[in-house]
Amino acid sequence: MPKRKKIYGAFVIGVIWLLSLGPVAHGLADTLKENVYEVEQLKPIDSVPKLKVGDKAPGFTLPAVAGKKISLSQYVGKKNVVISFVPAAWTPVCSEQWPGYNIAKTIFDQYDAQLIGITVDNIPTLFAWTKQMGKLWFPVLSDFWPHGAVADKYGVLRSDGVSERALFVIDKKGIVRYIDIHDINKRPPLDDLVNELKKLKK
Amino acid sequence: MMKKTMMFVAVLAVCLCVLHSAPLAAEKQLARGDALPAIKLPVPQTPSAKSYLGLTGEGSFAISQIKAQVVIIEIFNMYCSNCQREAPKVNELYRAVDKDPNLKGKIKIIGIGAGNTPLEAEVFRKNYQVPFPLFPDEDYAIHKAIGEVRTPFFICAKRNADGSLNVFHTNKGGFQAPAQFLKQIVTLSGL
Repeated sequence: MPKRKKIYGAFVIGVIWLLSLGPVAHGLADTLKENVYEVEQLKPIDSVPKLKVGDKAPGFTLPAVAGKKISLSQYVGKKNVVISFVPAAWTPVCSEQWPGYNIAKTIFDQYDAQLIGITVDNIPTLFAWTKQMGKLWFPVLSDFWPHGAVADKYGVLRSDGVSERALFVIDKKGIVRYIDIHDINKRPPLDDLVNELKKLKK
Repeated sequence: MMKKTMMFVAVLAVCLCVLHSAPLAAEKQLARGDALPAIKLPVPQTPSAKSYLGLTGEGSFAISQIKAQVVIIEIFNMYCSNCQREAPKVNELYRAVDKDPNLKGKIKIIGIGAGNTPLEAEVFRKNYQVPFPLFPDEDYAIHKAIGEVRTPFFICAKRNADGSLNVFHTNKGGFQAPAQFLKQIVTLSGL
């Protein structure tokens, strides 16, 4: 009996030891991904467009993570504007899209464009999320309250309260020059945006 | 009674172990001892990149054609924050090889941008002044072939007598220190 008990005991300890190794190895590999909430494939687009190319871009004023309010009007006559709506903080595709734009500042500068990031999350959530991306060169605005009001004006508020993954290019006159309401599950290639910015320069 | 309890705990532990390891097994990631998949890449256009890899001509090439004893492949993504944070360290690894007369020419590094277009890979290269060649993997074909790894991911492959390459080490996520990583590569490859 004691011998058999010892074998069982050693077996259980061994298995528990093996179990304890797995999560550590996995977690060390990619700490950011550990905090991202995995979502299933979603309906690619779940809103009705309200704007078309050539329309005047709806004005807005929203609080920024940096602590002040930003209005679209402050760029009119000075800068082209790229608005990047992403659905939600801490989700897979969104957590990569802005870090990519963050290392492409020279491209935006080349076309005299200011990037503005908007989500429907509140400021504290956006603060914690964007902090992991490093220092962002563009403002991140919260369209939390009234909930998704700006996203709604731009026709990109989905039925579940998050926004579409959408890009709007607005020229210095405040006119919408490009709309990409993208499949929410996929990241828009940078190339498409750059091609549209090139057209502005002509 | 004691025996039954012990048996129950043992069975429970085995079940947990199997459940726990299932997602990892499903990924089928490239692992130590595997032959490097036949990955084709476009021959770089710049003379310096061609010269570094020991290639001539145009079109495509297989990784096994790279003139080196050991090839380190970084799977990165221009959009990935961790890859961005890792970039200076990988550059440092390149420089450490470059300044060591015993290793220069024997170890070569390339990067493959999972899901990146040529423009996106170029943005990454320019931003971090990456000194080794980067290649786009726009349709994730290479990424799929190596088991859809999380980025960054490092594959270290060693040349066999017949000219083929076998994986002798993989590194999930970033490495600790470039000098330490290089030492590990040298030791494991037997260079």
